[in-house]
Amino acid sequence: MKLRDTLALSLASIASTRTRSLLIVLAMALGVGAVVVLTALGEGARRYVVDQFASLGTNLVIVLPGRAETSGGLVGAALGQTPRDLTLDDAHAIGQLPGVRRHAPLNVGAAELASGGRLREVTVLGGNAELLPIRHMSLSRGRFTAGSGQIVLGRVIAQEFFPDGSAVGQRVRLGDRRFRVSGVLSEQGESMGFNTDEVVIVPVEDAQALFNTETLFRILIEADSRAAIEPVKRATIRLLTLRHDGEEDVTVITQDAVLATFDRILGALTLAVAGIAAISLAVAGILVMNVMLVAVAQRTAEIGLLKAIGAPSADVRRLFFAEALWLSLAGGALGFAIGQLGSWGLRLAYPALPAWPPVWASAAGIATALVTGVLASLGPAARAARLDPVRALSGK
Amino acid sequence: MTGAAAGMIRLEGIARHFRMGDQEVRALDGVDLAIDAGEYVSIMGPSGSGKSTLLNVLGLLDRPDAGRYLLDGADVAALSEPAQAQVRRTRIGFVFQSFHLVARLTAFENIELPLVLEGIAPAERRRRVEAALGAIGLAERAHHTPNELSGGQRQRVAIARATILQPAVLLADEPTGNLDHRTGAEVVAVLEDLQRRGTTLIVVTHDRELGARAQRRIAMRDGRVVGDER
Repeated sequence: MKLRDTLALSLASIASTRTRSLLIVLAMALGVGAVVVLTALGEGARRYVVDQFASLGTNLVIVLPGRAETSGGLVGAALGQTPRDLTLDDAHAIGQLPGVRRHAPLNVGAAELASGGRLREVTVLGGNAELLPIRHMSLSRGRFTAGSGQIVLGRVIAQEFFPDGSAVGQRVRLGDRRFRVSGVLSEQGESMGFNTDEVVIVPVEDAQALFNTETLFRILIEADSRAAIEPVKRATIRLLTLRHDGEEDVTVITQDAVLATFDRILGALTLAVAGIAAISLAVAGILVMNVMLVAVAQRTAEIGLLKAIGAPSADVRRLFFAEALWLSLAGGALGFAIGQLGSWGLRLAYPALPAWPPVWASAAGIATALVTGVLASLGPAARAARLDPVRALSGK
Repeated sequence: MTGAAAGMIRLEGIARHFRMGDQEVRALDGVDLAIDAGEYVSIMGPSGSGKSTLLNVLGLLDRPDAGRYLLDGADVAALSEPAQAQVRRTRIGFVFQSFHLVARLTAFENIELPLVLEGIAPAERRRRVEAALGAIGLAERAHHTPNELSGGQRQRVAIARATILQPAVLLADEPTGNLDHRTGAEVVAVLEDLQRRGTTLIVVTHDRELGARAQRRIAMRDGRVVGDER
């Protein structure tokens, strides 16, 4: 029997049992669709987090005062040493290191902002002119050169204090000091739970004076490239250890490391979700087996006849095999379409979520549909082929 | 026993046993038979005499438990499954009492099946099936399904299917059993026409009138051949 005839004959027999075929294709399609949509969801979540991190800055290296260690954390204290604070001089020294494109000292505090009879508590960031480009923040109006007495208002703050949009050039009081508004941040929205729409930014020296401190909260460093992140990290630790009398009392984290961790966690999540979906696909495969077994039972007489008029067992087996292949193929294709449609719906409903199904998931979904469908057909097909023509003909 | 030295079909000590509960039924109990090419043979006997089992063995639908079955000198009972399928397809045609047409296929497609199994190209299949449909007078009904055909028409389609690959032997198991007298006669005419053109025709029947038409009449009882008249 020619392959073309096998395919045509099996297709005809599928078409003759329309409801049964439709149901099985649907079961298969839902399994494949679930794989595609769920992985799109997981992948979307992963990409969302990655994008959020990227919005923090590119090739970011962050220096924190103090040593973050789970063991031996008390060594310094036991020796009567307290970790040194980070200072502006430390930041300047880091700025001289090779591979550092930009650096920004950072101070954070809270103070009362007052102007024209209005008053509110705001989060204050103290930084230099590089802070904005490092953190990927931009100004909608004005500029920030970190000249003494300059202040940049977050979008919401500017709106609250100067609803007419005349913020730039206005005088405000922050704590006990006077500032002149030099710029307004454009809308940034939420970035890692930190709403930059409701902060104010002042030069780091002014912030230190305001909070009466010599120390820094962080030093942010932007490396020249992704490859430079690790060398910059090591050079920074070496430099600060040297500057701090040989005591390694800072913690340097790279955004890459944090990102990689999240990436791994979410990658695992996507796999888990895909696994769950794959189980539903396996269930669909068992369904195929069931239906194929029923088909063999229902068509016993027909199988007997085929054998009586000279179909070898191999042909009968191939016919049932081809039927399962058609069903799985149709189920896989329909499931792929359902998955793409579902992902599109997700993206429509949650525009922030980049819920694009990964190619590997679609491929794996379709492949699993084919494999389970075909595997499920092997048993029934072999059973059909083994049928004794005389008994099969009499419908026994 | 018949004197045919080199019969096309030779059965030697064919036995077929069935187990029904704890009782062994000897459906065929040592059958020796030789049939020459072109013969017209009827096999008659009461229910349970083994005549249908004999026909099934002849048609390779059933395997004997003992004995040899030579077809053109070759022991076909010993052939492999694919080789037996090949013999069923090309050298033996089988016509059943209940027609056994595939309900979802048209008359054309039913007749086409053996050609499809044989791997013949579609154009050639079309030519042969159309010729066969013309020969049985059903050219107009080519694209009707069995449900849309009368009993006699169905059996004629079944005969066309059984003979489409021009087998040397045509086996018919109660071919008129499900037909009224007139359509039964039509079907018999088709079968006898094929026999006159050289096909060996072996008919199993209850119908004395039909059985008597054959040139050679074999009688069976309890799994044995008890009569063989010419």
